[in-house]
Order: sequence, then C-alpha cells, then structure tokens
Amino acid sequence: MKRKIAFILIIIFAILVVAVTPFIGSTKVLLSAIKDIDLATTAGQIFYSLRLPRVFTTFLAGAALACCGVALQAMFKNPLATPFTLGISGGAAFGAAVYVIFAASVSIFYGPIVFSFAGSLGAVILVYGLTRIKKGFSVGTMLLAGVAVNFFFSSLIMFLQYISDFTQSFRIIHWLMGSVDVTGFHTPRVLFVLTSVGIVIIAAQSLNLNLMSISDEIAAARGVNVKRTRKIIFLATSIMVAGVVAFCGPIGFVGLMAPHICRLLVGHDHKILTPAAILFGGAFLTLCDCVARTIIAPAEMPVGVITALLGGPLFVWLLLKGNSEANL
Amino acid sequence: MNQTVIEIEDLSFSISGKRILEQIRFCVSAGERLFVVGPNGAGKTTLLRCLSRIITDWHGSISVKGKDLKIYPQKKLAKILTYVPQVLPADIPFTVYQFVLMARYPHLSPFSVISPQDEKVVSDAMEMTQTACFAERVMATLSGGERQQVSIAAAVAQQAEIFLLDEPATYLDYKHQRDIHSLLAKINKTFGTTIVCVTHDLNSAVLSADRIIALKEGKIVFEGSPEEIMNEKTLEQIYSKKFDFAQHPVTGQKIIVPDVIE
Repeated sequence: MKRKIAFILIIIFAILVVAVTPFIGSTKVLLSAIKDIDLATTAGQIFYSLRLPRVFTTFLAGAALACCGVALQAMFKNPLATPFTLGISGGAAFGAAVYVIFAASVSIFYGPIVFSFAGSLGAVILVYGLTRIKKGFSVGTMLLAGVAVNFFFSSLIMFLQYISDFTQSFRIIHWLMGSVDVTGFHTPRVLFVLTSVGIVIIAAQSLNLNLMSISDEIAAARGVNVKRTRKIIFLATSIMVAGVVAFCGPIGFVGLMAPHICRLLVGHDHKILTPAAILFGGAFLTLCDCVARTIIAPAEMPVGVITALLGGPLFVWLLLKGNSEANL
Repeated sequence: MNQTVIEIEDLSFSISGKRILEQIRFCVSAGERLFVVGPNGAGKTTLLRCLSRIITDWHGSISVKGKDLKIYPQKKLAKILTYVPQVLPADIPFTVYQFVLMARYPHLSPFSVISPQDEKVVSDAMEMTQTACFAERVMATLSGGERQQVSIAAAVAQQAEIFLLDEPATYLDYKHQRDIHSLLAKINKTFGTTIVCVTHDLNSAVLSADRIIALKEGKIVFEGSPEEIMNEKTLEQIYSKKFDFAQHPVTGQKIIVPDVIE
C-alpha cells in the first residue's frame, strides 16, 4: 500500500516537473502567451522550439539512464553498477568524440548516434569479452573489467583532445560536461525512438531481473536463460546510452541515484521499480537541467555539473551506509 | 524397475588442468532418493552443478528424461529439475511470498499475469513446508533454518520433478536438520519427486536414502544400498579413516558414531 502511494507520488512528481519546467527560464513565458501555438511570437518560439524540446530531451535522457541503472544493478547484484562505472558511457563518449574530430565534416546519416553506438557496443563487447577469456568469471570480475574499460576510454578521449585543435577540444570539453543544447523536435524524436526501444526490451526482462538480482544460480534454477538475458540487457543499454551520450554528453549519476531512491520508495520488484525509476530519472534530470539553465541566467551551466553536485553526496552517503547491498 | 530420469555417461570435468570429475557413470530412476557422499573436494558439488547446468563445459553425456541435457531450453529444463543451493544469499530483499511466487517463473510467459492457479500452488507449497506463517516477512530477516525451508518451498512451487540439493541441512541445528530431511521425504512421497542430495552427513544419508553413491577424488568409489555402505572397509576406503558403529535404537540400522577425541 505504502509502495503504491509512493509510485503514484512519483507519477505526480514527473507530471508536475514536465508541466512546470518549460515555463521557467531566463525569459518568463506565461501560459496565456503560448496557448495559440503561435511560433511567430517570441514567447511561442522560446516555448515551442527551445523549452519543450529541451524538457523532452532531458526527460528522455534521464529516463533512459535510470532504466539502464536499474537493469545493470540487478544484473550485477551491485549497487554501483551503472552505464558510467561499466564504461558503456565512456565508450559512447569516445565514439562521439571521434565523430567530432574526424567525421563531423563528412555528412553521415545520424553520425553522432552511429558513432556513439559503435563506442558503447564496443565497450560492452570489451567488458563481456574480457570476462569470457577467464573461465568461470564472477560478477565482480565483470565490474572490474568495466571500470578498466572506462579508464581506457577516458584516456583515449584525453588523447583525442590532445591531438585536436582548440575549437574541437573546446567542443569536446563542453559536451563531456553534459549539456543539452536542443532546438526543435528532431533530437527528442530520435531520442524517443531509441529510449522506447531500450525501455520496452528491459521492461520485458522484469521477471528475469527480479530473479537475477537474487543470484544467477537461483535465476538459472528457475528457468532464466542468464547468459541470454545478460546479452539482451547489454544491447538495450548500449542503444539507450548511445542516444543519450550523442545528444547530451555522458551525464553521470542519474543512472546511479534514480534506481536507489526508487528502490527505497517502491521496493525491489522490477515490474514496478523499472517504471518508477524511469519516471523519477526523467523528472530528476529535467529538474537539474532547469536549475542549470536558471541559476546563473542568462548564462547556462552544463547539466552534468548539477547532477554530479547533487549525485556526489548521495553516492558518498550510500558508501557510508555500510552494507548498502542489503539495504538497497 | 522405475523409469530412468537421469543418465550420466563418462562425465568428466576439469578446471585449469585439474581433474574434478572423472568418468562418472550412473543412472537415477524416477521417484528415487539418491544421496551422494564423499570427503571434501571429492567433486560432489561440482557433480550437482553439472546436472543443474550451472557448469556446462564438461565432457561426456548427461541425459534427462531421454534427452541431452545440453539441448534443453532453460525454461523447459526448470519444469523438470531444480537446484537448491547450499545456502540462499542472506540479503534477498523480497518477502517470503514474493520469493516463492517467483518460482512459478517457468510456468509464466514474460508478461503473463499470475493466475489463481499459480497462487494456489504457491500457498499449498508454503502450507506443506510450514512457511506460510512467515509469508510476509522479508527474506533477509529469516534465520538460516527458515531460509532453507523457504528455499525448498520455492522448489515445491516450481513443480519440478527432480530436486538437486546441495547439503540442504549442513548449516542447520538438529531440529531444522530433521525438519528438512522429513520434509524431503514427504515431498518424495507426495509428489513422487526424485531427490538427488549431496551431503556430508553419512547417518542422515543412511536413514533417508534409497541408494547411495560415494565419490572420492572425482571418481565413483561406491554405489549401493545404505546397508552396504555401512561397512568398515568400504568407509575406510572412502574417507581414509576408521569408523565406530552403533545400532539405531528405533530402526535397527547400522550408523556411525562420533569419534572419541583424546
């Protein structure tokens, strides 16, 4: 019962955030000014081609990252598993950085996404491959391999920055901090497709994730094809992370904190936890972005700065709580 | 003679060059209670993990109900056999009811809703295993004995025909040991479930088993009835130590007694 109420509150929170944040910003936009859906007015233009697309983009990005976090934490039975710590974000970021430096001048169909996806998939295959070489790998080995892969890609990105010229380097840094510069509905539309594909795939694994969060042996004994589920989740997360990283940069911490907070609120059943985390993650990132673009208005801060500022203390608190695996 | 449900031929398995199992060959009949005993490191648990397909890179052949174990889809296999680990993880965040309900997994499709029939199977299983009284407690708060009861309740709810158990009573006190063994006997009798149980406890094996297999250094060194294994020479060969025997005051069976410590 308590959990149902918490879930309903999360839904209300998400709706409120999406409904209110488009009106907040350096320029005030009033409801009366935009009700005709007139793009010719300044208010209409700000609202429909800047604010709304931006809110949708951040919401989708947050939702995707939270969904990835839920799935990876269950699969690894580890509270610190996220696309970030596993190197999936790093791989995608490297792919996108390669695009910025080498391929941006060539017009490639959905270039940044294709490159990000190649990067995130590469990272996943690397993590998975490293653990396959060693027979009888443990979840811990896989997590360590992920951390190693993350460092590997960070170094590669630094190398790329080093050899690139000043403008490219600045673009990479700006984008690595996580920023959402969106105009029009192209970005949210593409992100919507990628995120929905990922979410549907992961939602279909709810029962598998419940069992795998207990132990792989129990999951297998109950009839879960553990190896196949792992591959499906890796694939779904690399699709979602590629989309998010290509458009918004490697935003951290949403994938870590949204699942944890939702587990405290709605419990561990993935049939309710996954949708809760998706809504909460989306709303949280949208809120962070709203703060990021108003706090030093008219200038804007990268949203990554805010999520990390809020997420950092939570991360430490989780560590200090001791046996976080049992409690979360 | 009952129908054969598991047939193992020339099963061998090694980890980084070290042989763990060597040329294992035996059969299990439907409804049988087979206990596997042997010293530490004999390969008992590994054998069970091969049978439950947690380990897959063994050599030889294992067939379950006439079909190669390797070709079963995981879900279909879970309807036939289930594995009960030595201990469940201590930090399971689900309630007992949720945990047992999850055992209906092989009977569900990914999105299908739990049917009243599933709920009935689960509540019957919990009634039978006497876990219904703490159905709403979180697994992480249970004692070791309660957790093991729930583990078996889940196996019952799964409705598998074969239970593979790894030392189900090793870490439990006397009462819970007895409870687990009498529960297994009851399940075997009620559903005709085949029980394959690995244990260190020779006496409980002798009192519960229809047949006993002993492993030593990855090989089968004994296969026979409980009466046959309770033999000075046989046991000395298996465990490399001498045993003292007594007669069970109720059943009259030969059992071993603890050693005198000087």
